[in-house]
Amino acid sequence: MQLIINGQTRDVDVEAEMPLLWVLRDTLNLTGTKFGCGISACGACTVLVDGVATRSCSVPVSSVVGASITTIEAQTVPDTLQSKVQQAWIAHQVPQCGYCQSGQIMAAVALLTENQAPTDADIDAAMSNVCRCGTYGRIRAAIHSLATV
Amino acid sequence: MVMITRRKLMVSAGLVGGGVLLGYAMAPFSTIDRARKLAGGDDALLVTWVKITPDNRVTVIVPHSEMGQGVHTAMPMMLAEELDADWALVSMEQAPADMAFANGALAKGYLGAADPSVPKFLSGLTDFSSRKIAEFMNLQLTGGSTSVRFTGVVGMRHAGAAARWMLIQAAAKEWNVAADEITTKESKLFHLGNGHSASYGDMASKAVEFDPPANLPLKDPKLYTIVGAPIQRFDIPAKVNGSAIYGVDVRMPGMMFAAIKACPVFGGKLKSFDAKAVKNMRGIKSVHSVGENAVAVVADNTWRAHQAIAALPVTWDEGPNAAHSSASIFAGMQAALEKGEFESDYDFGDADAATKSAARVIEASYAVPYLAHATMEPMNCTAHFSGGRLEVWGGFQDGLGARVFAAKVAGLPVEDVTLNHAAMGGGFGRRGSTLNYLEQAVLLAKQVDHPVNLIWSREEDLTQDNYRNASVANMRAGLDEAGRPVSWQQDYTEKRDPEDATWIPYAISDRRVRVVSGTDPIPFGPWRSVAHSQHGFFIESFVDELAHAAGRDPFEFRRDLMAEAPEQKAVLEAAASMSGWGTPLPLGRARGIALRQSFGTIVAQVAEVSVSPEGQARVHKVWCAVDPGEVVNPDTFAAQMESGIIYGLTAALYGEISIAKGRVVEQNFPDYEMIRQADAPAIEVKLMPSGRPTGGAGEPGTPPIAAAVANAVFSLTKQRIRSLPLRKHDLRGGIEQAKAG
Repeated sequence: MQLIINGQTRDVDVEAEMPLLWVLRDTLNLTGTKFGCGISACGACTVLVDGVATRSCSVPVSSVVGASITTIEAQTVPDTLQSKVQQAWIAHQVPQCGYCQSGQIMAAVALLTENQAPTDADIDAAMSNVCRCGTYGRIRAAIHSLATV
Repeated sequence: MVMITRRKLMVSAGLVGGGVLLGYAMAPFSTIDRARKLAGGDDALLVTWVKITPDNRVTVIVPHSEMGQGVHTAMPMMLAEELDADWALVSMEQAPADMAFANGALAKGYLGAADPSVPKFLSGLTDFSSRKIAEFMNLQLTGGSTSVRFTGVVGMRHAGAAARWMLIQAAAKEWNVAADEITTKESKLFHLGNGHSASYGDMASKAVEFDPPANLPLKDPKLYTIVGAPIQRFDIPAKVNGSAIYGVDVRMPGMMFAAIKACPVFGGKLKSFDAKAVKNMRGIKSVHSVGENAVAVVADNTWRAHQAIAALPVTWDEGPNAAHSSASIFAGMQAALEKGEFESDYDFGDADAATKSAARVIEASYAVPYLAHATMEPMNCTAHFSGGRLEVWGGFQDGLGARVFAAKVAGLPVEDVTLNHAAMGGGFGRRGSTLNYLEQAVLLAKQVDHPVNLIWSREEDLTQDNYRNASVANMRAGLDEAGRPVSWQQDYTEKRDPEDATWIPYAISDRRVRVVSGTDPIPFGPWRSVAHSQHGFFIESFVDELAHAAGRDPFEFRRDLMAEAPEQKAVLEAAASMSGWGTPLPLGRARGIALRQSFGTIVAQVAEVSVSPEGQARVHKVWCAVDPGEVVNPDTFAAQMESGIIYGLTAALYGEISIAKGRVVEQNFPDYEMIRQADAPAIEVKLMPSGRPTGGAGEPGTPPIAAAVANAVFSLTKQRIRSLPLRKHDLRGGIEQAKAG
């Protein structure tokens, strides 16, 4: 199977039903995307599939062949949205343990791509990933700081 | 200020790479000797607290683990402040898991001995003596909110001051001037009189010949430029681009992945498994029994291992615990309380008589369930046996303790075990002293000839935890004619650390607190704030009951009992003030207040709640006033309060691990729900450091929140919440009743 990950084409020889998460982590050694629950309940594994926030633990790899997959490792130039989100995360000192933050950042990139000035309600709806350290207030503030009206 | 017995020694270890290497140790002489030997060689990191190299860089070696609480930044801040270092030139390294960095003596503080505002009789000396002192020698603990309080206050500050003193002596000799004419600023030395200046790096190699005196004066906090500033954490950049390596991310040449299934009944054993059923699945390498109660599959990737373990036919010998259920455990707790084989926590006056002669007696029984840690990163550990040695990788709150434990499991001398720290995807107590995943990884690695990364499923993580214990507390108090409390009685199940968790700051003359043991058949583990997590709820809810019974405002009722506790009172008043306590709220909203002192830090919280149409509590805002004595990094400290509140609120609203047929019922996040963005209240934190002895940050935010919310629910609905989680209480009826009343 051929996958397009962070703009690069990668060939993988795995089962069609193997979740994208494990192809990224164990086959391609892109370990920035995290395993949290395995059942799409926590969002630690969130990546972008054609720009849409997607919980990769529950997506069979065969279903994303040909799609553009973006992970936290995407090489970003300074003015891309992903880079801006990452900088805002630093400015607001968002991460604590940091384990969920790859997924939170990818979810925020997807939200801000679609909605340049999200309201609190928009953030509540789009940012449903679990953070056990409780960084929600800082995530909200970081997203608001990126709003362009 | 820190009231722990200790021996202070400066360990000036000499030249390393042209720089100076300096340690400040509190340990027996044997450890110091060992440190001296180690520090001289290539392993010069050992026992070093600070290293200053010719390029003028300062590297602070931190003997604690980072799990998001900011300790890897707070420690260097404390040292750099006393050193007068240029913060831009400061970095850190985590100390290796070695005896030379044991902090067992410091860990005594965890048991309450170092909180001078807690009465001596609660400081745990009796209980401490019953613990094996030897165990503490092997501790390198990050827990009990101890790092800044002990390593920082006692170690880092003095090491920084000593290094600065040595550099000044070197410059004085070099320039042939008096040492007291030399000033320091931003990693430079100056003699204003004759215009000399030098960097610390220039002087480092010459500084080593000077032995610093034991009791150097520390900087006046008014002159601080680093401590007290909202400095950005060192660990954050790697956590926003995926480059931080957690335990699950460890990769070694030839490494395989493993999945495991342990007997779901605590204390049960593995009877048999049919490896043939999975051996032909793709990527499966081998199947192994692990210890007495588990079976593991080794595969070439995590998913294949997890698929195979799910498909593996296994039979268990469930043993005698299979009969336990939540109902039977709670019934056993009530029965034990009624039977009354108590041990005394503390006993003042004659509480029984005071209650009997009181004008009114208030009684209530409270209960809290088991709780799992549910760190975002499921338990995992990588291990490799090779050439008679064991190497281990993972996230550990107590690296040295984990290393010693791994050696014991492996049957090797500690010297033959190396432990490598990975980032921790959450700790909360789980990655400290309870190491069943490490034991499994070692036992599994012993059976294979390659490194193996054992990664638990979320289901394994929730069902094989060491849990915050369930507990029942029967509360009783007497009020006089004027509504003042004259007695306070608490009988509860299972005493856990810290010793002072049942202490109340309220002036009630006759008090008796007693505990029964032996009611808890489920594996226990410390959970953020440990025993304060349940006693905060019991005590601060019951005080609220007394206030309402007396017809008093719950804030004013508490405040009036705190004449002898001015520091605690100031925090309570600040929380009330910042929340607008007493001012009108929109219809359908109410406030609740609670106060707890834990780990040396005083925290008061006010929660504003409403009730949803489904009868569920919603928390809109939390105000948090906190006196931690002093604050090293205000931004990190506030973040720890926010974090502790969300952690405690998750438990208060949703958290319950229930037991059926001797096993945990909840399997994954849908069953063990978490606060998410949409449910997370706005949080406002007010730091009010008073100069009291330094308190902790990681845990004290958690204990008050459950009671603050439950007290607000009572205010709104007249429904008193005496058991958690709140989601099990339908609050609709109460609201109607409250409206009608």
